[in-house]
Amino acid sequence: MLGYIDKIREIAKGILENNKVDMVIGFRQGTVPMMNEPCIIKRPEDVDNLVWDGNCGINLANYLPGRTEKIGVIAKGCDSRNIVNHIIENKINREQLYIIGVPCKGMTDRHKLAALAAGEIVAVEESANSVMIKGADFENTFPKHDVMQQNCLKCTHRNPVIYDALAVDLADEQTDIDRYADVRQIEELSVEAKQQHFTDLFAACIRCYACRNACPLCYCPTCFVDESRPQWLGKGQDAIDIHTFHFLRAFHCAGRCTDCGACERACPVGINMRTLTKKLEKDCADLYNWEAGLTLDTRPPLDMYDVGDSDAFIK
Amino acid sequence: MEILKIKKDDLSKGLDALKKSYRLFGPAKTESCHEFKRLEQDEQPDFNFSNTRLSPKAIIYPQSETMFTYSLDENDEDAHILKEVNSLDAPQAVIGIRPCDADAFLLVKRNFDAPDYKDPYWLNAYAKTTLVGLACEKPCPTCFCTTAGSGPFSERGVDILLADAGDDYLAKVITDKGSALAKAAGWDAPSDPDSATEEIERLKTAAEEKISSHVETDHLDKIDTTALHQAPFWEDTAFACINCGTCTFLCPTCWCFDIQDETCGAKGERLRNWDSCMFPIFTVHGTGHNPRGTKKQRVRQRFMHKLKYYVDKYEIGIQCVGCGRCIRSCPVNIDIRKICNLMNHYKPDTVEEPAS
Amino acid sequence: MQNPYLPYPVRIDEIITETEDKNLKTFKFVFLNPEDEEKFAYRAGQFAELSIAGKGEIPIGIASSPTEKGFVMFTVNKVGLVSTHLHAMQVGDIMGIRGPLGNSYPWDVVKGKNLVIIGGGFAFTTLRSSIIYLLDPQNRADYGNIDVIYGARTPGMLLYRDELAEWEARDDINMHITVDGTDDPDWKYNTGFVPTIADQKAPPGDDDTYAIICGPPIMIKFTQPVLDRNAYAHDHIIMSLENRMKCGVGMCGRCNIGREFVCKDGPVFTLAELNKTPKEY
Repeated sequence: MLGYIDKIREIAKGILENNKVDMVIGFRQGTVPMMNEPCIIKRPEDVDNLVWDGNCGINLANYLPGRTEKIGVIAKGCDSRNIVNHIIENKINREQLYIIGVPCKGMTDRHKLAALAAGEIVAVEESANSVMIKGADFENTFPKHDVMQQNCLKCTHRNPVIYDALAVDLADEQTDIDRYADVRQIEELSVEAKQQHFTDLFAACIRCYACRNACPLCYCPTCFVDESRPQWLGKGQDAIDIHTFHFLRAFHCAGRCTDCGACERACPVGINMRTLTKKLEKDCADLYNWEAGLTLDTRPPLDMYDVGDSDAFIK
Repeated sequence: MEILKIKKDDLSKGLDALKKSYRLFGPAKTESCHEFKRLEQDEQPDFNFSNTRLSPKAIIYPQSETMFTYSLDENDEDAHILKEVNSLDAPQAVIGIRPCDADAFLLVKRNFDAPDYKDPYWLNAYAKTTLVGLACEKPCPTCFCTTAGSGPFSERGVDILLADAGDDYLAKVITDKGSALAKAAGWDAPSDPDSATEEIERLKTAAEEKISSHVETDHLDKIDTTALHQAPFWEDTAFACINCGTCTFLCPTCWCFDIQDETCGAKGERLRNWDSCMFPIFTVHGTGHNPRGTKKQRVRQRFMHKLKYYVDKYEIGIQCVGCGRCIRSCPVNIDIRKICNLMNHYKPDTVEEPAS
Repeated sequence: MQNPYLPYPVRIDEIITETEDKNLKTFKFVFLNPEDEEKFAYRAGQFAELSIAGKGEIPIGIASSPTEKGFVMFTVNKVGLVSTHLHAMQVGDIMGIRGPLGNSYPWDVVKGKNLVIIGGGFAFTTLRSSIIYLLDPQNRADYGNIDVIYGARTPGMLLYRDELAEWEARDDINMHITVDGTDDPDWKYNTGFVPTIADQKAPPGDDDTYAIICGPPIMIKFTQPVLDRNAYAHDHIIMSLENRMKCGVGMCGRCNIGREFVCKDGPVFTLAELNKTPKEY
């Protein structure tokens, strides 16, 4: 994925110069290792500020809803699927967008690297197959596969599904991936063990809502947690309120979630809330043979009713 | 000011003795980081850390705390009348708090201990808490405490400051609270004051030299508030922000809160919960009007509060101790150092001469 | 240590529906503990948090005057969770009041001066408090001419209609009541928006004349140029602001405009002061 940036800049410059777009949404170099900052580029001469590497895990589709400009947007496979969602859900028009597709080989897991490091990381060097981290008194190299975001390891849609230009030739998709081994493990637990699993999972939650706010699907003007009339749940640190937030948010993403991993990546306390969204993704696959964000032609299954819909869950 | 010498073995013995009269909190290793937690009978703090992921502010200022209780049962004589709850009365101590985090309590105290109003919850918990600081010998690359008005050996907010001198800790006893705690712990071995002072100075200088990250704050008080508020850089600065509460909840100097009633059956509690200027509902009026309805307005509020309004209001510097947590944990790399410098160097456009 | 968050328990003594849309009700409260009334010593222009256990609190301007004893009075618009619940409560119900809060109108500064009081819609509550206070025989001689310009959408939307009529009949206060429009043939006062009537009726500004304005943002927006045109200096224009509040004592952090807290440093500011702060209200 290194080396894509020259082509990205060239495309961005071209569409800005030709006034095809008013701005390009991409990433600029972060101020700390493993972090790039989403940014807007408005002038062709500024495209050199754009960067692309394994630290672009934030989903840029999140920055599109409600914008009225013509926008060039850089999109990995997952970002492009969320753009499809946005178009279907009328959050942005296809005609407004110039999608610079970037086939993706996976993003590095900043939480995992931070946990592996023997101190604060001051530099990260990425090569084709490995990632090296450096700190004040340590230096380690890991195979890329070992420090990749969990969702990227199981990704079967690395290539953008819609695009106006490609930064590089389409990549080979990963095959023979078992996407739901972790979900099945939880499904097999007893009710009590499941309860314990989720209690442990969310114990560290500080209700900062970084997961919700990093998620392109969570664009509700007023989220149900913020409603006061009626007030659906308490605002304190009660475990049941916290669980309710995560569960309901996941349900609201059912059939829409692309497993882009932005929620888990954004979480400051390292909670893997993706086990919830993946369970619903699995159910949508099982019940409706559905994967979110692959086509502009069909609305998500929970948006529609079909007489053939499964009703096996009604007991 | 007394400097005690505590053999490393005696530290844990002293802490065990303290557990009889104090609730102790200290850094503990979790799966991926260190966090402050209550130290139970058989537990010792783990000092092998740079700083905790969350700040220790919750020990004095819990994320959610009960302010009052009430009953809605009409048969109760006091139905619908709010009742005060018993406040914390046992002493507690935080062992191994970093000097920046201890300093932060002093900044926050200015808010809760105003001349006209006193916040009884915060002030009571603060009064009951002794802070045993652990001087920072290996600051993080994102620490900028020395230019934020604190430092790796800052003595301002701590009651005792421990410095790691190899086989011993040199413990500088700063306040009466610290002195009482040292006595209860049985730490009474004096050090040679001259050589101990010299040693602490040496360690301090070495630690300060390792701080590689800085902010500039010298012009903040001189810039016109409304001009800074109108500065063009806010648009670009705020773009990436997703308006989550990470920065404000992890920050040791952020104190904003919400008040909520929660009823269960006929009994209920009025709670105080941390709140965040990043959240749109923080400021929304009953009518739906929101004076800080956009992301740009909210991001600007956070930085203007810390780096301008606070500076002007209290005239003691910025509302930040340079712990670096917001930088390390921001999901989208909003960096207070960059923004502080932008603000400090901002020159409002002068009116251009009309072309002749 | 006095707990600034603890409300005084009160009983609802009287409820008056003020307006034809029934969205505005006036509540008179009596303190359960008589000594709390003394602790609640207030000035016109201050506000209080009305507290309903299980629902929360709302900041509301005090509509009664410090010269009225034995009760405190608030007029509440039905908008959110707490105010809607309050509107459904009955005489005799128990709730709480926390305050008085905020700074009040600057009565020491305006002593001996002429006052132009301009209000619109339901934001007339602390202005009623002020007028009752000014007209009190103990106080009236301390102030110069008093002009009141008060408007609402329709006659039925005016607050305190009986008192407005009483004041109309007096010769120590000049009332200029107006409505945006009405088809009532018996309407004998002005018709037109508050800024227009202010332009016609407000005396010209000078060192000895202060304007006190309280109303919806749109009214304030169009009244300010009128006062500018009539030579009111910005430090002679006094305004009362609203912002979302929780603590009311300058601690919870949400109601600030720049470094000032609307709850504690305000809600009353001069326009000259507001010109120096970000317009986040």
